[in-house]
Amino acid sequence: MLFGRVHGTAICSIKYPDLQGMKLLVVQPLDKHMQAAGPMQVAVDVVQAGPGDLCVMVRSREASLALREHKFVPVDLALVGIVDELVVRPDGEFDFTLKQGNTKYT
Amino acid sequence: MYLFVFKFHLEEILGMMLGKVTGTIVTTISHPHYKNRRLLVVQPLTLPGDPPDGDFIALDNTQAGIGDTVLVNREGNGARGVLNLPDGCIISLIVGIVDSLYIESLED
Repeated sequence: MLFGRVHGTAICSIKYPDLQGMKLLVVQPLDKHMQAAGPMQVAVDVVQAGPGDLCVMVRSREASLALREHKFVPVDLALVGIVDELVVRPDGEFDFTLKQGNTKYT
Repeated sequence: MYLFVFKFHLEEILGMMLGKVTGTIVTTISHPHYKNRRLLVVQPLTLPGDPPDGDFIALDNTQAGIGDTVLVNREGNGARGVLNLPDGCIISLIVGIVDSLYIESLED
């Protein structure tokens, strides 16, 4: 699951029949610092997001499972939540490296 | 002939992995499967010298908080089994809080 910022909508008049009526949004995948990660992509909307919204997206098989009616459709990215509040601590606050030997975390 | 190769570092590593919780997310409008569950930002643990990269969002099943080292299952079928949702649309699920790690050797 990853972050995405909605930048616009995509309209297809000819598409796979089970995708009729689905809203397609152009999104920019983001990392936790809101930096772009990869090119713009198209996602299917299930939460009625709009341009400018920061969203939570889900990939692969689970993207088509997020849809309400048809669960076996060619979809690889779906919006499953709209972010209202996000708290991310800076990277320097934690040590993310694995260490040789015994490490206690609690 | 030109060959363009895009490097996708998001949602790349699947399976069971170790990470640290670095953030919390609040969503009021979300898919029914995500209702009443917490979403956390997880940064995977890396080898010494590698930059922290490839952070992702995971659903919490263990009451983890910021700063906890967690075990994350990044594979939808396991998440569907744990949450008892046969059509669940969740890939990453926090399934454990790590107390300690023992690593014999970090060299190849």
